[in-house]
Amino acid sequence: MRIELIRRPQRSARMAVLSPLIAIALTVVTGFVIFAANGVDPFGALYVYFIEKLTAWWSIQDLIVKMTPLILIAVGLSLCYLSNNWNIGAEGQLVAGAIAGSVLPIYFPDWGGPLVVTLMLLMGILGGMAYGAIPALLKTRFGANEILTSLMLVYVAGFALDWLARGPWRNPAGFNFPNSRQFSDDQLLPVIAGQHVTVATAIALVVAVAAWFLLRKTLTGFKIRVLGEAPRAGAFAGFSRNRMVLVAFLISGGLAGLAGICEVAGPLGQLRISVSPGYGFTAIIVAFLGRLNPLGIIVAGFVLALSYLGGEGIQSTYHLSDQIARVFQGLLLFFVLACDTLIFYRMRIARRRPVTAATVEAAS
Amino acid sequence: MSLLELQGLLLTIVTAATPLIFASLGELVAERSGVLNLGVEGMMAVGAVIGFITGHATGLPIAGVVAAILAGTVMAALFGLVTLVFVANQVASGLALTLFGLGLSGLIGDRYVSIPGFSLERINIPGLTDIPFLGPLIFGEDPLVYVAAALAIAVSWFLFSTRAGLVVRATGNNHVSAHALGYDVIRVRFFSVLFGGACAGLAGGYLSIVYSTQWIPNMTAGRGWIALALVVFGTWLPGRVAIGAVLFGAISILQLNAQGYGVALPPQFLNALPYLTTVVVLVIISRNRTLLRVNTPACLGQAFVPDR
Repeated sequence: MRIELIRRPQRSARMAVLSPLIAIALTVVTGFVIFAANGVDPFGALYVYFIEKLTAWWSIQDLIVKMTPLILIAVGLSLCYLSNNWNIGAEGQLVAGAIAGSVLPIYFPDWGGPLVVTLMLLMGILGGMAYGAIPALLKTRFGANEILTSLMLVYVAGFALDWLARGPWRNPAGFNFPNSRQFSDDQLLPVIAGQHVTVATAIALVVAVAAWFLLRKTLTGFKIRVLGEAPRAGAFAGFSRNRMVLVAFLISGGLAGLAGICEVAGPLGQLRISVSPGYGFTAIIVAFLGRLNPLGIIVAGFVLALSYLGGEGIQSTYHLSDQIARVFQGLLLFFVLACDTLIFYRMRIARRRPVTAATVEAAS
Repeated sequence: MSLLELQGLLLTIVTAATPLIFASLGELVAERSGVLNLGVEGMMAVGAVIGFITGHATGLPIAGVVAAILAGTVMAALFGLVTLVFVANQVASGLALTLFGLGLSGLIGDRYVSIPGFSLERINIPGLTDIPFLGPLIFGEDPLVYVAAALAIAVSWFLFSTRAGLVVRATGNNHVSAHALGYDVIRVRFFSVLFGGACAGLAGGYLSIVYSTQWIPNMTAGRGWIALALVVFGTWLPGRVAIGAVLFGAISILQLNAQGYGVALPPQFLNALPYLTTVVVLVIISRNRTLLRVNTPACLGQAFVPDR
């Protein structure tokens, strides 16, 4: 018995909508098994993980805060992946943005106001762009594999941040904690809803819509998709592949950097040795769950934000490691990728028949 | 530096290189068959935690090693199912495997953090191991070091001197032709991926059972990714990959020693060295395009769906 794939004549529009839902359903079912295997009441745990956080305004606020960086990063990554550039170092670009954006509040602690906050955001974007440009240039100049270089640079950025937060940028009045000084209120992003939903969320939504417009309605978006799906056709049309590599990395690096400074100047309020619980990696899942469509990414960002908060809920209620969140995230990506196959292929379970003279004759 | 210190240094370099040799040789075979599995880090992480727990529970480090191999294989089977049967994107699936594996290892290992484990005993051949300086280096390593060396030779022999190895390479270079010749591309790739998983699991088990004799979260620390880079560095040739692993082992140990000797640099700079070196080495290797073109599997990362 084996599974055979039969190519559909056209991509199935129904499956395109259904497949992320099937993937989420499969993740929930697997979650049931994982909880049961860990000796936890699976129904209660699934409720805590997936539903409890949706029932209170404070936890919905948390969800919105957490989905903001995921959406920002994933939108950039989707442009990268559509153009066949495998930037998996968004976590490093996020850190670079957090560092670059923190320069002003750390060196000019008394300088605040809207202008400073705007400059901080711009510097965050530039920091992320500069860091994202490294793997892009190494790819176009030397042909170095961008998957590996961008990933290696994540570790390097992490060590750089660690050094800054423990060393030169450490708060002198901070009791030796590895944090920078607390930014003053007029160096933080303005809150637009509730207690801590900042303007960053609005920026993320605008960015997603703008990216959708770029992809669907402009020549640049067309180039991105052509170079991703049919590089040779793109080359014949005169689209520059090298230019696109750089553009894709600059956009995704810039957005990751923006996410970084928005974390520092938002929920964190200071530069720390760790500024992200792996948003740069989780955003990869967000990008795929959202089918590399910026509007889909908004929904996917919400789902993945829920996976973070759900993990925290499980940790506090059932005392399992909060690593359960990463298990769910990894599983979800697996299921999303496998289910996407159903858009282009039909599945058939075929029994292997023994080859006999009759079947050979029938075949010929 | 005294001779004894040098000996100690060389011994630690060998133990640092061994997991890299395992993981990169496994990935090399998978990539030679045309499958890019970016999940090495995840398979290693699961191998490390399962190997450690089994060794701890049974008191038999060798049982831990076997369990680590099995754990890596199971993880690889999951990857094979998704990418080969469901023809999902290999890059994204590999990332999923890494995220899943790191999370799973953290979940399983939560209760085993920093508990001392049981290590494999070093080889001791009376007479030979007692030779001054060279004895412990050549005849006194832990058994898995010899396994790693043998594996490098075996993989090289398999790929370039056996019919099965030729089929693996053919599958990786031109899956349409291999299919037309009657080889079952999916099956060849599946077994190659499983081999890669077994090796990655073994590499993880080596880390938790022999290298540090304990389990700590995220203990793989990017070694799976470095193993992936080593495959490129070694241009898909087992001997070169093994040499590359030893060089990287040396760099990671030397930077640790530099910290111990109080080099006037912040430790973070030295910690970043192995990763920076990987980037630099990749750039240098990638400039030599002819060398890469000869050995890079032509169908690397491409999905295959048989026609009928």
